[in-house]
Amino acid sequence: MTGSRRLVTAAVFAAPLAFLAVFFAVPAGTLVLTGLRDGGTWDLGAVADVLTSSSTRRVAWFTLWQATVSTLATVVLALPAAWLLGRLRVPGRSLFSAVLVVPFVLPTVVVGTAFLAVLRPDGPLADLRQTATAVIVAHVFFNYAVVARTVGAAWLAIDPSTEEAARTLGASPWTAFRTVTLPQLRPALAGAASIVFLFTFTSFGVVKILGGPRIATIEVEIHRVTTELLDLRVAAVLSLLQLSAVVAALMLYRRAGVRRGSGAIRAGRSTLRRPRGAEWGVVGATVVSAGVLLGVPIGSLVWRSFDTADGLGLAYYRALDTVGRGSVAFVPPTEAIHNSLLFAFAAATTALVVGGLAAVGLHRLGRRARGFADSSLMLPLGTSAVTVGLGFLIALDEPPLDLRTSPILIPAAQAVIAIPFVVRTVLPALDAVPSRLRDAAASLGASPWRVWTSVDLRLLRRPALVAYGFAFAISLGEFGATVFIARADAPTVPVAIFRALGQPGAINVGQAMALSTILLVMTTLVMLVVDRVGDARVGGF
Amino acid sequence: MSAVAIVGVSKSFGSVPVLDDVSLEIRDGSTVSLLGPSGSGKSTLLRIVAGLERADSGGVLIDGVDVTARPAHDRGVGVVFQDQALFPHLDVGGNVAYGLRMAGVVRASRSGRVAEVLAAVGLPGYEARDPATLSGGEAQRVALARALAPSPRVVLLDEPLAALDQLLRERLLLELRSIFDALGVTVVAVTHDPTEAGALGQQVAVLLDGRIAQVDDPGEVLARPASAAVAGLVGHRNVAEGVVSADGYLSCAWGRFSLDDAPVVGQVAVLVRPDGVTPTDDGSLTGNVTGRVFRGGSAFAVVEGESWPALDMRADPAWRVGDAVRLSIDPSAVHVMAR
Repeated sequence: MTGSRRLVTAAVFAAPLAFLAVFFAVPAGTLVLTGLRDGGTWDLGAVADVLTSSSTRRVAWFTLWQATVSTLATVVLALPAAWLLGRLRVPGRSLFSAVLVVPFVLPTVVVGTAFLAVLRPDGPLADLRQTATAVIVAHVFFNYAVVARTVGAAWLAIDPSTEEAARTLGASPWTAFRTVTLPQLRPALAGAASIVFLFTFTSFGVVKILGGPRIATIEVEIHRVTTELLDLRVAAVLSLLQLSAVVAALMLYRRAGVRRGSGAIRAGRSTLRRPRGAEWGVVGATVVSAGVLLGVPIGSLVWRSFDTADGLGLAYYRALDTVGRGSVAFVPPTEAIHNSLLFAFAAATTALVVGGLAAVGLHRLGRRARGFADSSLMLPLGTSAVTVGLGFLIALDEPPLDLRTSPILIPAAQAVIAIPFVVRTVLPALDAVPSRLRDAAASLGASPWRVWTSVDLRLLRRPALVAYGFAFAISLGEFGATVFIARADAPTVPVAIFRALGQPGAINVGQAMALSTILLVMTTLVMLVVDRVGDARVGGF
Repeated sequence: MSAVAIVGVSKSFGSVPVLDDVSLEIRDGSTVSLLGPSGSGKSTLLRIVAGLERADSGGVLIDGVDVTARPAHDRGVGVVFQDQALFPHLDVGGNVAYGLRMAGVVRASRSGRVAEVLAAVGLPGYEARDPATLSGGEAQRVALARALAPSPRVVLLDEPLAALDQLLRERLLLELRSIFDALGVTVVAVTHDPTEAGALGQQVAVLLDGRIAQVDDPGEVLARPASAAVAGLVGHRNVAEGVVSADGYLSCAWGRFSLDDAPVVGQVAVLVRPDGVTPTDDGSLTGNVTGRVFRGGSAFAVVEGESWPALDMRADPAWRVGDAVRLSIDPSAVHVMAR
């Protein structure tokens, strides 16, 4: 790299670094210090106490256990769908693929509420309320698309003639799959499983709503000790524990050389084929089970939002504007919708600018040189939302960074969480711009700046829009960080849902269902627009 | 004055030397083919001339002006890339107009020039087409039109026809030749295909291991390659080792030949051009036909003897594999080269 090129790259990185320093490194750093120091002195004894306490061990064990089971269950259940998407030409295939994504982009609070709707106290599945089973099924619901779509895309990229070659060499269909196709799928499988593990290990909203008082992941425990016991030190130590577990998992993932399917690989000719004989049975079973898994919770949620004491009606929706008026702590949920949209707009814009610049900087570094910078930018993804929120709470409340009452706090936190997804969407798109196009533009007289504006930026329009939509959807549904920092008089929709669920009475549960349905519709609309606009794969999924 | 002068250019990637003190002059309005196997550094040399890559040492002059320090967008050198590199977000017209836009040509005058250049490459009226819908040959012509539109002094072609099938290639080769002649533009075409190099270039510069091995007109490179490696590159198979004695005789496995003018004395490489090998009843070489191939509509045979390396020659139509034949070699078809 020449000197001036280096200077430009450094300038591009300046804004993302500054943003992440203030809104990620400072909060996370303060959190760590809070956990390790007591009144100005280092105190590792408390750390040891927390780490060895039986309740921590119980929570840590449950977190690890449920994440492992959730991941395995998701992989096993979604693999037939991946096969369908990667190999078969069946009617409605692209619709199937599009519908699968809906749960993945749903806010965790909506997923939790939807499963509460399925497990209604007077229903046949009431026994599953507040059980680990409910949490795990919800996790499968949530992550089904990650496995089905990532592995499906990898499957599509595998040349079927390799499997045919194995068959002609004497391998049975199963042996051919095991010895030829499966090894080629392994990177995608490992990548998808790691992502699912990461998501379920740091699961918050789903567990908070479905788990009840007895079931807690580390995330939920951090929230509990902070809000109920006001014990920031225990919370900080738990955050540290989770952060190190996540970093260790990410390092393992990197060391194993696992790469998610590049997405650049596209089969030149279609390798899809019509199912044969018994395969139709597998296709039917897959579609039906996916339909039940994904359809029942969403259907129950929508149904219960209309299912009032007086029969089907809009009572819960009407109540959204009236209930709570006059009370000090309760804000009309319609205002929450207004807040959510406003915050999401600010957060998505911020995330696009900051994440976009970061992606440009990483791209300029080149594939080989970017390793460390790349990992650091992904750290917010590994750090949980709850940790980010808690960090904001304890770090940004005194000068020089007293932002407690600042309206930028929530969008900033949501942007921190959305940035890794923006980078993951924009960076591959940038890398995929053939460098020959830039060479061609330069040879035709375009200066570096004009090459950037007339080639790169033009080709980035769609991925940028996709990233923006995704960041918008993330912000709309963000719960873990927002629940810490949302002011009582300015909740977002997920926070309002959570509060409504915590209130007794059918009208509050009904309102939660109605609000969840509204959030479901809002998120789905955003993702529909995104789907319309671009074929870029969101966040690399 | 030469349109392009490459002066002592060297380039390494890391510790791997790619170009070693390469110098080459290209006459104004002429076409030079840069022929070399993959890895010979020919594409790197092209990129250095275009300003897309920097030489470690040496420089490039265009019309006598040193442009070594100038970036690509400031050289006025058109490039046609191997994979065309058409802008997917622009239609054909937008692609061809791109260079004019960068040069600040106003919109109104652009469309006239675009139509003119598209017509010149045989694609009139293609302005509104999406590059993705073009066939390989059409895409190649659009890429050429795009490079020609801003009227560059020099056009560089990087393996211009490599992506096309055989028939299309031959047709396009002839068309390219006539387009360049009509425009009087200076052209450097990089290729690994000796046929392409010969058909396109008035001169062929052979690049081997980062050095210029020979610069000659195409017929001369074919008939009198400068070294065994060049002979192999242009497709000769009848190459063996030999010794030239002080009195001007060449001894090799195929026999002893008197040389009109022996360039060197001692160890040499010997080329026997296929046309100089003929079947004769009193020929000194006896062998068997071991293979027959068709090249360019003619039959060729490989004949092997017990004491000499196989000879590639024009086949008698009556020959079958396994036939015993006697051959003689016309001394004027024997060419002595550096080893």
